[in-house]
Amino acid sequence: MSLKGSAYAVLPGPEGLLPPSASVMGVVLPEEGEGLLEGRIVSEDESMEAAAIALLTRKNPTLFPGPLMIWGWTEHTREKSSPFFEIAHEIPGVRIIPMPDYRPIYPKIDPEAVINPCHPNLTIWHNKIEACILVGLHCHFANVTLKMIRAGTNCYTIALCAEAGHEDAMASVPNVGAEKLYKFAEALRRVKRNGVKPLYQGHGIIPSGWAQQAHLTGADIERPQEEVHVGHGLSHELERGLDENEE
Amino acid sequence: MSLATVRVSPGFEQYLPQEYYDLVKDSQFVSPRKVSEMGSFKELIEEHPMCAGCAMTLFIRTMYVALPSPENTVFVGTAGCGRLVLSQGAVPFIYGNYGDTNAVASGLKRGLGIRFADKPKDVIVAAGDGGLADIGFSMVMHSWFRKEKFTTVMLDNEVYGNTGGQESGMTQKGMVLKMAPNGKKFEKMDMIGLAKTAGVAYIARVVPTNPNRVAATIQKAVLIAREIGPTFVQAYTSCNIEYAIPTPKVMDDAREVENARYQFTEYFSDDAKEYWDNIVVEKRKIKGSATVE
Repeated sequence: MSLKGSAYAVLPGPEGLLPPSASVMGVVLPEEGEGLLEGRIVSEDESMEAAAIALLTRKNPTLFPGPLMIWGWTEHTREKSSPFFEIAHEIPGVRIIPMPDYRPIYPKIDPEAVINPCHPNLTIWHNKIEACILVGLHCHFANVTLKMIRAGTNCYTIALCAEAGHEDAMASVPNVGAEKLYKFAEALRRVKRNGVKPLYQGHGIIPSGWAQQAHLTGADIERPQEEVHVGHGLSHELERGLDENEE
Repeated sequence: MSLATVRVSPGFEQYLPQEYYDLVKDSQFVSPRKVSEMGSFKELIEEHPMCAGCAMTLFIRTMYVALPSPENTVFVGTAGCGRLVLSQGAVPFIYGNYGDTNAVASGLKRGLGIRFADKPKDVIVAAGDGGLADIGFSMVMHSWFRKEKFTTVMLDNEVYGNTGGQESGMTQKGMVLKMAPNGKKFEKMDMIGLAKTAGVAYIARVVPTNPNRVAATIQKAVLIAREIGPTFVQAYTSCNIEYAIPTPKVMDDAREVENARYQFTEYFSDDAKEYWDNIVVEKRKIKGSATVE
């Protein structure tokens, strides 16, 4: 049996409490030049374009930069900042909500300012995020975060990973450095040129964190009168929830 | 992380959560801070889920301010109240299983010494009396016998506060607690004496009635552990819940206990004393030259 032929589809959830990890279900990691798309190995370009379409057409697209992106540990991390913001400026209505480190945040978090690997679902729920990129997280925390997001939310997850990629993301590309981030920004431009109409119009990044506290603006976004829900997003039985009126 | 080596990547500053923005702008990572300045700068811990009036929290806040090099420090803790603060501080924290904190710290300190041979890395075990004197007793003693170079801080609230009030080895004889209704039948363990027997280089017993003294004690313990050998600080950090101390009276209780049976004590080995005296001389020289300038 070819492992690359796994039938398990990694789709937006909610998958329910404790979903199986995609790797256990036979999903394998991509090689250089390849990407993952909903559990299947595809070409890097195909994975990037699918991710780009999700970011442009699903509600409240958000970038979650991790410590390896936010903090300038090395020249390698610092050089990724420019293409990161290039990606952000290609996505109308985008937010940037960081994961500056991994320590637990109790008794409460500010879900408009931060995402935490202990409870990433809170940030997704609060902001009604339906598409996100995780970039610059250490892989073991990215794995936990991705699984929790898939378990409890209908968010389309994209993992741009500097290492081997992530099976639990709906779309993932391995070995992502500055060059591939620029390539992803180009993929966003390409799908727009090819006719994909972004859900939101306008430009700029919606303030979060300190910028929000300081009432900084910088985003000029036009939201549709009634936000279009693109795709049903929910893939499994739990999407319907329990019928409270059922006898 | 130290701002001397790690800064915010270009463009990300305005997206930092307020707490991290403050850490970057005005904290110990920017410049060393004094205990007397507490409340006027961003501390390494801000929000925490500890009980109102908890003396342990005050002690831990003071301990954070006293760290000689927070960006090069790793805490090891275990189950108990203290880790609720320590795990949320802006200093790396490792959760040891109950009982094995000093074994974890031993391996960690040695590993850091190999990985960062050119940079001092401080390891501090901070755990409760249950974690260190009862369940972790064997690991604590053997780390001392092996002369492992890290600091052990006992947050001694004289009870298992997190699990409903069972007596610990550090509870006073005769003390009646919720889960020790007949009163404790044995004496409080003499951890200071055991530390001396094991050859610990610096030993101190302290109560957080005097924050400057707490800070000085922690600094001595960390710096001596860096170069000389194991150090031990036993801190009285009362549990106002299990001992039914009214919140406004927590510090009154601390003073009473300090006067009655928990007086400040410190002990240096000969090596530690010589090392510390040299540090004091160097500090005075630096201070003197700064004054001249």
